[in-house]
Amino acid sequence: MHQQLGAVWVLAEQTGGRLAEVSLELLGKARELASHGGGSLISAVLMGSGTVFLAEELIACGADKVFLVDDPRLELYQNDTYALVLEALIKKHRPEIVLCGATYRGSELSATVAARLETGLAAHCVDLYINDRGEFVQVVPAFGGMVLGDILCPKARPQMASVKPGMFQKPERDTARTGEVIKETAAVLNDYKSPLKAVRTVQSQPPELPLEKAETVVAGGWGVGADAWPLLDRIAGELAGAVGCTRPALDEGWARGEHTLIGTSGKTVRPRVYIGFGVSGSTHHIVGMKDSGVIININIDPSAPIFQVSDYGVVADAKKFLPVLLEKIREHKGK
Amino acid sequence: MNIAVCVKPVPDPKHYDQITIDPETKLLKRQGMSMVINPVDKNAIEAALQLKERFGGKVVLVSMAPPDARETLIEGLAMGADEACLLSDRAFVGSDTLATARVLAAGLKKIGELDLVLTGSESADSGTSHIPSQLGELIGFPHLNCLTELNLEVSILKMKTKIENGYVEYEGSLPMVLGVAREINTPRYTSLMGVVAAQYKPFTSWGLSDLGLDPASVGLAGSPTQPGDLHMPKHGRKSEMLEGETGDIAGKIIAILRSAGVLA
Repeated sequence: MHQQLGAVWVLAEQTGGRLAEVSLELLGKARELASHGGGSLISAVLMGSGTVFLAEELIACGADKVFLVDDPRLELYQNDTYALVLEALIKKHRPEIVLCGATYRGSELSATVAARLETGLAAHCVDLYINDRGEFVQVVPAFGGMVLGDILCPKARPQMASVKPGMFQKPERDTARTGEVIKETAAVLNDYKSPLKAVRTVQSQPPELPLEKAETVVAGGWGVGADAWPLLDRIAGELAGAVGCTRPALDEGWARGEHTLIGTSGKTVRPRVYIGFGVSGSTHHIVGMKDSGVIININIDPSAPIFQVSDYGVVADAKKFLPVLLEKIREHKGK
Repeated sequence: MNIAVCVKPVPDPKHYDQITIDPETKLLKRQGMSMVINPVDKNAIEAALQLKERFGGKVVLVSMAPPDARETLIEGLAMGADEACLLSDRAFVGSDTLATARVLAAGLKKIGELDLVLTGSESADSGTSHIPSQLGELIGFPHLNCLTELNLEVSILKMKTKIENGYVEYEGSLPMVLGVAREINTPRYTSLMGVVAAQYKPFTSWGLSDLGLDPASVGLAGSPTQPGDLHMPKHGRKSEMLEGETGDIAGKIIAILRSAGVLA
């Protein structure tokens, strides 16, 4: 019997009144940690301006409490103002664990706050659990995901961890759950003059189905080439899926943009089906797709590492295989 | 304009596929892997050199690394940096990002009179992306990470940072600590002349006592996070190879897609 774990916090990241999916995924993981830690409380920290309405969603996804800091000075995210507010909240309530999404903002904010509090932060965790000694184990990737390492934070508190979007399952919403919304202030900003100014935010939602929501991901790598690349779009179209790519295909300019990159520096996908063409299987890419449901790969090199993470493999030239498969799918759908 | 660029020697990312864990010692096996400057740190060097070309001043490379890192840092000097400063001491071994930031911050303070500190947004080996922010906090400069654009116009820094599906435009002023993304520029190649000149550029080494650091604040002792076991990710896939005529294989894939429920 080990002692009860203290409070687990999740940083609820929002942009323009929309919660980041990763924050909800973290609430699911926080509940799991709490149940192994003797039933500690889960709190979400929600900072912004006019975002009180998001508290309900956080509670439905697992928060027992929502610390709400609603202040016009927090309308646009800046690392300095957000860090000041978050640091003050942590010092006031002393949580045991603080989880953040490893988004661009979450990574920056967690690193900033960890430095101010002189505490430990494990980055881009792929797993988090309480071991049988009651310690919080944070599993982090190294060398592009080739190796995983366990990280512990024995003394400093809170124990902070960031997690990439898509690593954990988003919990089912339970609208019957109840929770408490606790209003906090951003008084710490009263005498603060920021040396930075966020002038504007430009976001372009790509028109097609976002990769991380697609049930089928059709991925292309170096072996596809510029000429055959459009066939990936057609196959994805037939399967109502989305096209993803590897770093070499992105660098060659065949792929549509960075939002289609799968892997360490791109997205983590876990579709029902992943079908890869001409993907050799660098660790950078594998990290981003290995948790897919069924994995199929077509590659000309029988020794390509991608086959080790595939349920089904085909040794063939992706350029030649693509038109045949497209034709067969169309034939099948025409029946 | 005096610019420090923090760089990290890392094992060449081209060879990460060959890394394994020794079953006996539980340590990483990475023999024969050459060390290179962390790729995105070269973008930081390039950004510094471009600013120096416009505004004058000097570019100093700063690195916390083992003593043999000189060879790797020479590459940055060959690109055009003016001098290098290696922070090296047995006491630094095992530093996590916070302890590393403390060492780098001490080095930067000792160099002094810096207008700007640049570094790569993350390292290829550990990839935490913590250093730009943590360094900024420790030396008391405002900071931003993942810059894709950087311009200095009449003492105002105009910057763009990456966010999911977009970017944010910021304005700030010197001094700052900035982590750059690979999109910001294309690092220049080193010329033969540059390589020769690099051998004669000032190269300083500082250890724990030179930096006036408390041994309890650095290395494993000064790191709030402690490393535990290493393991290889488990994939556990059946790797069934589909064989036969191309058309037949395509037919088998259709059956797999149907049983997975993504094709009617």
